[in-house]
Amino acid sequence: MSAKKTPLYDEHVKLGGNVVDYAGWALPVQYEGLIPEHEAVRNAVGMFDVSHMGEITVKGKEALAFLDYLLTNDITTLVDNQILYTMMCYPDGGVVDDLLVYRYNSEYFYLVVNAANCDKDFEWIVNQKGDYDVEIENVSDGVGQVAIQGPDAEKTLQKLTETDLSQIKYYYFQDEVMVDGVKCMVSRTGYTGEDGFEVYTDLEGVVKVWNSVLEAGKEYGIKPAGLGCRDTLRFEASLPLYGNEISRDITPLEGGLRFFVKFKKESDFIGKEGLQKQLDAGLERKLAGLELLGRGIPREGYEVQKDGEKIGHITTGYMSPTLKKGIANALLKPEFTEIDTEVDVIIRNKPVKAKVIKRSFLKNK
Amino acid sequence: MKVVEGLYYSKDHEWVKVDGDFAYVGIADYAQDHLGDIVYVELPDVDDELEKEDSFAAVESVKAAADVYLPIGGTVVEVNEALEDEPALINADPYANWIIKIEISDKSELDDLMSSEEYEKFLAEEE
Repeated sequence: MSAKKTPLYDEHVKLGGNVVDYAGWALPVQYEGLIPEHEAVRNAVGMFDVSHMGEITVKGKEALAFLDYLLTNDITTLVDNQILYTMMCYPDGGVVDDLLVYRYNSEYFYLVVNAANCDKDFEWIVNQKGDYDVEIENVSDGVGQVAIQGPDAEKTLQKLTETDLSQIKYYYFQDEVMVDGVKCMVSRTGYTGEDGFEVYTDLEGVVKVWNSVLEAGKEYGIKPAGLGCRDTLRFEASLPLYGNEISRDITPLEGGLRFFVKFKKESDFIGKEGLQKQLDAGLERKLAGLELLGRGIPREGYEVQKDGEKIGHITTGYMSPTLKKGIANALLKPEFTEIDTEVDVIIRNKPVKAKVIKRSFLKNK
Repeated sequence: MKVVEGLYYSKDHEWVKVDGDFAYVGIADYAQDHLGDIVYVELPDVDDELEKEDSFAAVESVKAAADVYLPIGGTVVEVNEALEDEPALINADPYANWIIKIEISDKSELDDLMSSEEYEKFLAEEE
């Protein structure tokens, strides 16, 4: 089966992108190179094609109540045009997906989910509907999306619109924003740890937006950015990736995302019982940050040991392009997650010393 | 992709430059280009005795780690320590920046490798 193409596929090829199959989508790992693209986003501005992301709408009289039951975070705190990051869990606390919820109004929500999980999510949501008066629709195939990220993102996008972007606050959005003549929904969100916007429009419009933004950002040194640096940027910013830090088998409590599980919210929610049980029994493993002290690069899947005994594994690890050292997330037995605990990362069958550090990697800069 | 004449090449894109009883070994332009910006090189120890196709080094970009295999057996007599501080030298010139120097165990193993002409053909088929 060949990978699906986003509406920007031809643009990636034109720009010399190294296109690979990612979660069933043909997307570029990099254009010029991972490091220059990573640095452009940290220091200036970069743009990603994120058209592969899934979008699911939930509408109807009981949309709010339904989502409050479906999701772990407290959706009732949202006002119109506000966005919330949340998990969607199975009853046992395993994660179906992590997602963003955009509130248009109390009867209309827009869910942005991981590409690889979209079909599974849609099916899961429909199956939980029960008697709730809601309509659920997977609108992914009609949506093109780009993420404009970096300290110069606002200046870049502002050149293309009359809408005052400074009025769109962090984790808010505005609909019907005209970007160089294309009607878009624009949110102040991202997956890089930098300021920036995610711009949603139709499949035709997104091609125009992409090219207009590349032109507008030239004076700031904008670069098209690939999946390679999308992962290093989100990792440095301590943002989780489904499949690595959370999954069907790794709960949000283990993945360090307890903040997004609101045990005290008024309504019951799917996963509450399972997660409460895990909390009461005590966690068997917990996400910790590691810094390698010896030479090498800690990578996803590498085993972590203490005194020759396995105590966990690395969920994501890199030679951090920003910090220029080997850092990692590791899922470890909780007794080894105190800051400064020394452990060994097994790299090509050899133990290399590492120590536990805070996961707010960029604050150690 | 740049291919240098007078070297031997393996199908894994390593090169061998013979110098009497010794040989320098590195990775070809194709390999460095596919890896991208190299940020770490792990070197073997001097005096390590290695056989043909043993993994003798690791070359890592941000995205991936690649093992480097020895195209012919030999004993390590020197490692290019400059790569420890400046791994990107391999990107800059993969043929000038050898990874190890070995004393060759059995010169007949060179017969299994490709000449530069053969390697060029091999690359054309890989693309």
